[in-house]
Amino acid sequence: MVITRDDVIDWIKVYAQLLVEKKDYLTDLDSAIGDADHGANMNRGFQAVLSKLPGMEDQDIGTIFKTVGMTLLSTVGGAGGPLYGSLFIQAGKAVSGKMELTLADWADALEAATTGVVSRGKAVLEDKTMVDALTPAVEALKESVSKGLSLSEGLKNSAKAAEEGMIATIPLVARKGRASYLGERSAGHQDPGATSSFYLVNTAFKTWTNSHK
Amino acid sequence: MKKLINKPEEVVKEELQGIELAHPDLVKVFYDPDFIVRVDAPVKGKVGIISGGGSGHEPMHGGFVGKGMLDAACPGAVFTSPTPDQMLAATKAVDGGAGVLHIVKNYTGDVMNFEMAADLAKEEGLEVEAVVIDDDVAVKDSLYTAGRRGVGLTVLVEKICGAAAEEGRSLKEVADLARKVNSLGRTMGMALTSCTVPHAGKPTFDLPEDEMEIGIGIHGEPGRKRMKLQSADEVVEMLMDPIISDIPYKSGDEVLLFVNGMGGTPLIELYVLYRKAVEVAEKHGIKVVRNLIGPYITSLEMAGTSITMLKMDADLIKLWDAPVLTAGMRKGI
Repeated sequence: MVITRDDVIDWIKVYAQLLVEKKDYLTDLDSAIGDADHGANMNRGFQAVLSKLPGMEDQDIGTIFKTVGMTLLSTVGGAGGPLYGSLFIQAGKAVSGKMELTLADWADALEAATTGVVSRGKAVLEDKTMVDALTPAVEALKESVSKGLSLSEGLKNSAKAAEEGMIATIPLVARKGRASYLGERSAGHQDPGATSSFYLVNTAFKTWTNSHK
Repeated sequence: MKKLINKPEEVVKEELQGIELAHPDLVKVFYDPDFIVRVDAPVKGKVGIISGGGSGHEPMHGGFVGKGMLDAACPGAVFTSPTPDQMLAATKAVDGGAGVLHIVKNYTGDVMNFEMAADLAKEEGLEVEAVVIDDDVAVKDSLYTAGRRGVGLTVLVEKICGAAAEEGRSLKEVADLARKVNSLGRTMGMALTSCTVPHAGKPTFDLPEDEMEIGIGIHGEPGRKRMKLQSADEVVEMLMDPIISDIPYKSGDEVLLFVNGMGGTPLIELYVLYRKAVEVAEKHGIKVVRNLIGPYITSLEMAGTSITMLKMDADLIKLWDAPVLTAGMRKGI
């Protein structure tokens, strides 16, 4: 089983729709430890992506990812713009020219994406950032590939790992981004960036598993 | 939420349209990507100076575009960094052949977006230098935080570097000057109330009627310490003591004292604060040789203040006194 180009486009559409629903929730999370704009920014970026999707539908997956990344870079703003922009641009480079993705391809794409986020934001694990959701997801994907698990099992494992990583940000003291200014007061709150990153990985699992039932 | 706006998502665009209509003698406004440039940009042979950041801090930065200060400003959404495409377009628009300086406030988003813009500009053969402003003593500067925030001192850096560029100083000289001012100035702020980001629709944090927040940033981020409301004089001491002991400022120093309003605090209160701040400075033997009092770097409708001290020398005084003609600050013209 593979992830087709249509699957990729569906994933982006479902994620954009989820952001509409979760916009206020993400902003609430950001109000607690940041500056109350993460939901609105992500929603603005993915609405811009949606408006560009019709022009992308005959491109390869790498080009689609890069176009999504460039669109986010110029529409999201804040730290989320460069970070989610880098995520998609680097994922696009990793799967350049491909019209479908195996689980191994998807693991490569998400690994390159996470490396892009790390090099732009310079965060490491447990800094209380999106890296805390992405890195476990990448590791779960790679482990699933090496064990020869199915696409749906691999996606499920990565979503579970991202969710655990997201929840694990709650007790952490932030060391990057605006939340770090709060010091100890940032503990006890779930990181909004880790949350939107979990949604990304979880939406991939749900959308792609459904389409292959 | 009670605001004089139409739609939250139209606020910045409509503000820009207002600025365009109000100040055609000073600035030109460009849309998609959004940026404001001084009307005679690019000025041939002069270093271009750009700043930018989230909207909601007016008059900073758009109100400081004009002769003697900024060549361009890039406004983001409210409290959200602008994007690299805006900064790149602004950089090209103000490049008069002597290079462009980016003045960046130290926030994760601002720094990352300006870095990406500088990378793109350099790829296109433009000469760009960036200086990051981080003057907020409320924040611990350590490996475990994103570093000190850029706050009130930014206004003074923009004025002083604007004057230096107008004098014909080189990109390296203007960038070094910005770093020098950043090393000599410190700020601390406080809030009496929160503020409401239009698209959030409710206050960023709750602050009870009888409490205040010390060490606040300019984006409604909670500060580091919450306490019962104190008198103006006690608040000034709470802000001045960490500033003075930080560099530290010493007896005999000459300073510029900047008492800033956060947006919801009237001038009558800022002058009450200024009076006490001068007294505290003098008690330490510090001489206030220049001042700035008013809402210059705001946080929407937040009530509160920030105090900035900048150690001055003859060159800085000359640059501070140089003419400036912008919507938000004008003197000597």
